[in-house]
Amino acid sequence: MKISFHINNQPQTITIEDQNTPLLWVVRDLLDLKGTKFGCGKAACGACTLHVEGQAVRSCSFPVHLVEGKKVTTIEGLGTPEDPHPVQQAWIEEIVPQCGYCQPGFMMATAALLEEIPNPTDDDIDNNIINVCRCATYYRMRKAIHRAASIKNDSTTNSVNS
Amino acid sequence: MKRKDLPLLILIFLVIGFVFSTSYSKSIDSSYSLVEINKNVISNKENFTKIMSVLTHERCLNCHPNDNIPKQGDDGHPHYFGMMRGKDDHGFEATKCSTCHQAENNKYSGVPGAPHWGLAPASMGWQGLTHKEIARSLIDKSKNGNRSHEDLVRHLTEDKLVLWAWEPGVDAEGNTRKVPPVSKEEFGTAVKQWFEDGAIIPEE
Repeated sequence: MKISFHINNQPQTITIEDQNTPLLWVVRDLLDLKGTKFGCGKAACGACTLHVEGQAVRSCSFPVHLVEGKKVTTIEGLGTPEDPHPVQQAWIEEIVPQCGYCQPGFMMATAALLEEIPNPTDDDIDNNIINVCRCATYYRMRKAIHRAASIKNDSTTNSVNS
Repeated sequence: MKRKDLPLLILIFLVIGFVFSTSYSKSIDSSYSLVEINKNVISNKENFTKIMSVLTHERCLNCHPNDNIPKQGDDGHPHYFGMMRGKDDHGFEATKCSTCHQAENNKYSGVPGAPHWGLAPASMGWQGLTHKEIARSLIDKSKNGNRSHEDLVRHLTEDKLVLWAWEPGVDAEGNTRKVPPVSKEEFGTAVKQWFEDGAIIPEE
């Protein structure tokens, strides 16, 4: 069957035999976007987190047919090296990653959180960022999330003032 | 006895016979009514028991917690990752039930799903309640989302999230989840009959 959707602001149509194929497999193996990672395969670790219509979802547990006509964003579409998303900028500034494998999922989850809660408290972070990092970079991530909120809010204020 | 008294005697026998037959027939009628009432009581109790066997099954009860923490599995353990009810019964602001649970089961990840996956309202927390307490809560409009009996019948027999209990899919290991002890059809019939009979909560 054919499924059409937008991914990172580009229209895309794929042909696939099994409409229940996880979106993660399509993103990585068909569309060759390797930033989104396979971790546990059962929606537990969050390494595969990406956005569908702006909402964070675990793509290993998201059948591809559900993206028909929708907008998908992966870590590759969050920002660019020249114009990184506030979350990506904060991650660089706080030197968060160790092995780095789980970080795209954390960044996508954080980007979704900041859309809902522009100034998250530590409790908000504990409740909403429930991904798993084997290197235990949680402390640096918490700092980066607060910094990302600050960068995002500053850029919003600047764009309103200009 | 004189021959002329015979008609009078026959008349007396007839009257006595009529009186006896009437009272006998009355006694049959009342015993028949008792049988009917007993039958209805038994039927009401059976329907109630069937309904409760489903409502207290893990497939239903796991999402009717009384502590704002969704439960999982046949042992009803607290949901992993610290997931909680949130403000709208569907999780936290950015990490919601729908972050992992979609409108259908996922056979690849073993994550269950159905439309509007989420917790029942806090007022419908059933864990730890007796059957009678659950029933009282179920039909109490101040707790059940202002649902009438008709609304409840529809909810219990047509809502896809409720009916998911009979099609719960497989878990992360590929094992089929347990379903309630009563079939969907039997449950539907019991629900309709129980409400039709006035939703009477039987005495213990």
